[in-house]
Amino acid sequence: MRMNITIDKNQRDEEIVLLVAGEIDAYTAPKLREELLSLAEAGNKSITVNLQDVSYLDSTGLGVFVGIFKQLKANGGELRLIHLSDRLKRLFEITGLSNVMNISSTTEEGRQ
Amino acid sequence: MSQVMDYIEMKIPAKPEYVGVIRLTLSGIASRMGFTYEEIEDIKIAVSEACTNAVHHAYPNDEGGEVIVGFGIYEDKLETMVSDSGKSFNFTQKKNELGPYTEASTVEQLAEGGLGLYLIETLMDEVSVANHSGVTVFMVKYRSGERENHDTTISTQETN
Repeated sequence: MRMNITIDKNQRDEEIVLLVAGEIDAYTAPKLREELLSLAEAGNKSITVNLQDVSYLDSTGLGVFVGIFKQLKANGGELRLIHLSDRLKRLFEITGLSNVMNISSTTEEGRQ
Repeated sequence: MSQVMDYIEMKIPAKPEYVGVIRLTLSGIASRMGFTYEEIEDIKIAVSEACTNAVHHAYPNDEGGEVIVGFGIYEDKLETMVSDSGKSFNFTQKKNELGPYTEASTVEQLAEGGLGLYLIETLMDEVSVANHSGVTVFMVKYRSGERENHDTTISTQETN
């Protein structure tokens, strides 16, 4: 069955930005994990993921981000999640991940 | 107690690609019932988490089982039941291993899986679990304004 997710890579200066669109769930999360792991293995210390067009995210997706966050951090790098909708931001807040991970929402960015 | 008005049941193969199909159906039901956008998104996550658990825990070896999802539609609430008929896992034990991460959490403490049950508990108004030959997760969401107290309690029944 077709996966409701698209993942595009963009090199922005020294940094790689992953643009994810669609649904991140148990079906599509392995594809996202694979993509992030291959970027980390290719030597990218820090990775930014733009979640602007993610319409659905659950614990499977959170687990993928936690995994890559730990791996990058262990190598002195960083995972940045940007353009989170209020919905997505709430998920990071209720799970407490917003206390630990580097996330920024669309509304916060708009105020800056 | 209000009487169930309608009941809808779906049976899907225990494969992750069908969890999204349940979400689509659920969206349709919940929006027709008059749930708000936020509430619908909450129910979608909770029910997906239960389905994902059923898919992953009950059928780890891809043995081709099935997951049954039932929707009880009431005037004021939606009841959802997710049942696998395969192997069970200890929901309460798993639940106790979970929780929100705090600022004191170290990177090492962050688990990559297992937030699902915590989200079910947080996003739904009532949750109960029955462990029999498989696991059935039963969840209730009230329409906003239909109920004052939204504290969630989980009760577990062992029916061996």
